[in-house]
Amino acid sequence: MTDMLTPVLTDNWDQDRAWTLAAYEQQGGYAALKKALTMAPDDIITAVKDSGLRGRGGAGFPTGMKWGFIPQDNPKPKYLVVNADESEPGTCKDIPLMMASPHTLVEGVIISSFAIRANHAFIYVRGEVLHVIRRLQRAVQEAYLAGHLGKNIHGSGYDLDVVVHAGAGAYICGEETALLEGLEGRRGQPRLRPPFPAVAGLYASPTVINNVESIASVPSIIEHGADWFSSMGTEKSKGYGIFSLSGHITKPGQYEAPLGITLRQLIDLAGGMREGHELKFWTPGGSSTPLLTNEHLDVPLDFEGVGAAGSMLGTRALQLFDETTCVVRAVLRWTEFYKHESCGKCTPCREGTWWLVQTLAKLEQGQGTENDLDLLLDQCDNILGRSFCALGDGATSPISSSIKYFREEYLAHLRHGGCPFDPNASTTFVTTGATA
Amino acid sequence: MSTTPEKTNKAADLVTVTIDGIQVSVPPNTLVIRAAEQIGVQVPRFCDHPLLAPVGACRQCLVEVPDAGNGRPMPKPQASCTIPVAEGMVVETQVTSKVADKAQQGQMEFLLINHPLDCPVCDKGGECPLQNQAMSNGRGETRFEGVKRTFPKPINLSPQVLLDRERCIVCQRCTRFSDEIAGDPFIALIERGAMQQIGIADDAPFLSYFSGNTIQICPVGALTSAEYRFRSRPFDLVSTPGVAEHDSCGAAIRVDHRRGKVMRRLAGNDPEVNEEWISDKDRFAFHYARQDDRITHPMIRDRAEGGGKGELRPASWPEAFAVAARGLQAAGASAVLTGGRVTAEDAYAYSKFARVALATNDIDFRARPHSAEEADFLASVVALSGDVSYADLETASVVVLAGLEPEDEAATIFLRLRKASKGRTKIVALAPYATRGLLKMNGRVVPTAPGAEAEALKALADDGLTALDAGGVILVGERLAQSHGALTAAVELARTTGARLAWVPRRAGDRGAVEAGCLPTLLPGGRPAADASARVDAATAWGVDHLPDKAGRDGDAIVAALLKGDLGGLVIGGVDPDDTSDPDATRAAIEAAQFVVSLEQRLTDVAASADVVLPVAPVADKAGTFVTWEGRPRPFEAVFVNPGSLPDLRILAGIADELGVPLGFRTVHEVRAEMESMGPWDGARPALTLGKEPKRTKPKAGALAVSSWKMLLDGGSMQDGDVHLAATARPAVARVNQAAYDALFGMHEGPAEAVLTGDRGSVTLPVEVAEMPDGVVWVPANSFGRGVLADLASPDGSVTLKGAK
Repeated sequence: MTDMLTPVLTDNWDQDRAWTLAAYEQQGGYAALKKALTMAPDDIITAVKDSGLRGRGGAGFPTGMKWGFIPQDNPKPKYLVVNADESEPGTCKDIPLMMASPHTLVEGVIISSFAIRANHAFIYVRGEVLHVIRRLQRAVQEAYLAGHLGKNIHGSGYDLDVVVHAGAGAYICGEETALLEGLEGRRGQPRLRPPFPAVAGLYASPTVINNVESIASVPSIIEHGADWFSSMGTEKSKGYGIFSLSGHITKPGQYEAPLGITLRQLIDLAGGMREGHELKFWTPGGSSTPLLTNEHLDVPLDFEGVGAAGSMLGTRALQLFDETTCVVRAVLRWTEFYKHESCGKCTPCREGTWWLVQTLAKLEQGQGTENDLDLLLDQCDNILGRSFCALGDGATSPISSSIKYFREEYLAHLRHGGCPFDPNASTTFVTTGATA
Repeated sequence: MSTTPEKTNKAADLVTVTIDGIQVSVPPNTLVIRAAEQIGVQVPRFCDHPLLAPVGACRQCLVEVPDAGNGRPMPKPQASCTIPVAEGMVVETQVTSKVADKAQQGQMEFLLINHPLDCPVCDKGGECPLQNQAMSNGRGETRFEGVKRTFPKPINLSPQVLLDRERCIVCQRCTRFSDEIAGDPFIALIERGAMQQIGIADDAPFLSYFSGNTIQICPVGALTSAEYRFRSRPFDLVSTPGVAEHDSCGAAIRVDHRRGKVMRRLAGNDPEVNEEWISDKDRFAFHYARQDDRITHPMIRDRAEGGGKGELRPASWPEAFAVAARGLQAAGASAVLTGGRVTAEDAYAYSKFARVALATNDIDFRARPHSAEEADFLASVVALSGDVSYADLETASVVVLAGLEPEDEAATIFLRLRKASKGRTKIVALAPYATRGLLKMNGRVVPTAPGAEAEALKALADDGLTALDAGGVILVGERLAQSHGALTAAVELARTTGARLAWVPRRAGDRGAVEAGCLPTLLPGGRPAADASARVDAATAWGVDHLPDKAGRDGDAIVAALLKGDLGGLVIGGVDPDDTSDPDATRAAIEAAQFVVSLEQRLTDVAASADVVLPVAPVADKAGTFVTWEGRPRPFEAVFVNPGSLPDLRILAGIADELGVPLGFRTVHEVRAEMESMGPWDGARPALTLGKEPKRTKPKAGALAVSSWKMLLDGGSMQDGDVHLAATARPAVARVNQAAYDALFGMHEGPAEAVLTGDRGSVTLPVEVAEMPDGVVWVPANSFGRGVLADLASPDGSVTLKGAK
């Protein structure tokens, strides 16, 4: 069964002190860099295009195509910015990767920067994960000392400086233009587009912004070739990815597998749901992706498959909830998160989340009427596609999808005059088997 | 709210789009929201403002775009304030699209959930874009039954501007104005989500000369002024357009009044002049006309038995006119001193009164340090000129400022230059140091000590960095009159480089006074008083036999002649002795005059010592015209009908009647008609002759030359009564360079004060360091005591500094 797994990014995680340069190089690390430096930058872009690698941050935009948008005739400097501001509820792939093997990312940063002809790269890390920041900073320092970074890298004539930048704790800074504002020292709020970052991004210069996992995948593509990468996955969703399982599952964690694997297979790999319980609902890609139910166990987890099921692959953050969980309560918690994290720039997200929480909280307490469900859906309709950035859209996903699949459960709250669930039943501390 | 996109004749340059089924052609890059205005559709909006960069924050202006011009629909409703038109684009607004209409209603509902809906007690109620658009594009009833976000009641962003955070919809118009237009980003967004609000830093209140504009463009009642808050309701106000009287910029204003009292003033919308912005002085400084010392009736002095000074007593207008006429007749030779504050029509009346009624050329409007060189310059270069406009500033390659600090002395020019500097226009200032205003215009300073302006101007001709050419503009301020040869050098610089030249005086009436001939050397319409044919021309127009041909005295000479007894009578209007080059001498001259007729709004000390005091109307009580520094006439009508409040020209006509030489007019409109029919002089213009350099007093060893100008907000009497405005003024400090500072204070840390001592007094001021030439100290001209000229040093003077602990 474990042959369904394709450990590439996670392959060295169990190594002793895997985060050190010595350990990374011992298992062949930085070989791809040496190879890349002998290639023409355009050939690297072509290889990444040919591999079919699509952005691992959630939107799935083809990475090579993004690099191709950089106007090389623009006299301004080019920048690579790595979005390591992983803050989505449920998403936990980039932070473990940077914790376990920061050099995988650093090597990817060097190759990617070389490809787009950037001499400065920035890694914007979520500020709360101090330990990860330290490991990343140490890895960058080691890379400088080893000559992987700095002036004239390995005699290639190519210069690159990498800055590890710690964010200040705002979900919005995962939105790429808000991230750029934060990086420039301004208030983290999304920018008006156009101009797009490829034309005028960081310091109004051409900028590529990629997710950690996308960049970390680049060394393996260079080392093994585009064909090797595209041999994995499905027709339009090539390669492997990290699937993060959390919640009511026996063995939560990061499972690296080709895109297109199903949740049923992943649950099997993870030892099944919490003992004695059944899957009730789950998110395919973090809380911003519409939740799915146990009807969707066999949906192929690739961009197209999950899209066809009415949700989004997102960041492959599989949060699993069994039948002890009150969906209304879970959705309320998520919505409180969006209210707390709304940056305030646009009306629908700022005011809408304020209202959504109040409406949901009332329903969770069994107050209100069935009309409030329609009100909730109408509020979502006035937010989705009306907000300035996608984060407002994301706030509506759990609400509209939960009402779609669990309308009856909302109504049960009204009939019961409160939550019909035992809130303790879903926790780890009164029942056995849960390890979330 | 909206501007019409620039007109263009070339149809090929236009982009054709279809909005709500109607085709409209607009210039490229026009935003959809403004293209819709062209077909009469107003898409509701809050954050959008035609003079600010698009931000797309409020999401109120969502429209559907079924075809983006490429045959494909845009997937979701678009903010029409952020998307430019594209050829063939199809747009459906709330008029034709249910989706757009619902989206707009949804945003409006969101905006209102945390809004206090306190319209009945809100100052904005009745003129509120949120209120209006909630009615036009919102739901009838709210569905929100929850708990509103609240904040403690208002906080002071500055002594003048207050913020009610509950009402704020964080559209960012205020922060964007302050950052993009004024260059004073003292207010910014803080916190996030529903708690997001406008804030200031603990140590940096919103002290901007332009802060009042944020109140005006706030689309809700979040920003209010301490001065107008809770004073009246919009629907009780009557609005009359006006022109700001505080500088020579001619900013359009709107005067809102109720029952004969001005309640507030707002910026008018004049794209050619002030766009939609005015300074806080133009907005808030209008209480001077309602001070307790306002004169309401004529007064005459009953000479005491035995030749004592006697007391002023109320008099009727006919009696006052008769006494004034008799007194002037008895006093013998008389002169006219008039400040630069009067309207062009009033200035014309003073000019004609001097020539016809007093038969003299002894008239000068320059109630400030002045020179013969300047009089020549005004007669030969400035009168009748109109070479430079605001629009020209925006397209100029380089603008040279000499003797002019626009942010303080001509705020509308400052805003236009700052806008220009964001394009390709370079700003270069000849000044002792780079002021904050200059830095905000991204300008470069050519460090110039007082008196060195002429040399600095000459050097500019060959300065490759400035690269002054025919695309450039030179703006010279009235202060250049104090620097011998500077105006001549400016004219020469314009001639050699081809750059255009304009004179920017400080006061609203200065330019009009030049055109009206309130100078010893000029008759109205630029007619040289020394030119016999010009005198004949004017005499013919006025229907008199001849005009005085004797050369007139300028202001300083009039003062000297009064002191000497060569002149006996004086007609003085709108002059503050403390503004003149020698305040004590001016006061003494007024005392020495045999007979003084004072035309004043308020009982100043000049009026108090006059023999006849005639109250004149403030601008709100009369029609008039201010001529801007460009030469642009800015006529305005009276705000109030106040029969007892007469313009200067009516009073002068009354005295002239008693003198038996009627002026031929009694109303502003009659004067306008007469000025019109008289027309400009088309004969030879006088040449600019650079006279002998006046003797300068040698500075004492170690003394610093004084550089000075009046700050926008200072002790000026037309700012009297505006306590909140005064509290936003910049503090009075002296500036010296680092070397002088170190010499004064050595290693002393922290706030340092020094005693400045000049030939007219001494003053203690905090001292700051600025990068400036050696031997120079800068002090604000009217921010302490009676000002620099009265209390510190003479015009070309110097001061010594001593550290005060």
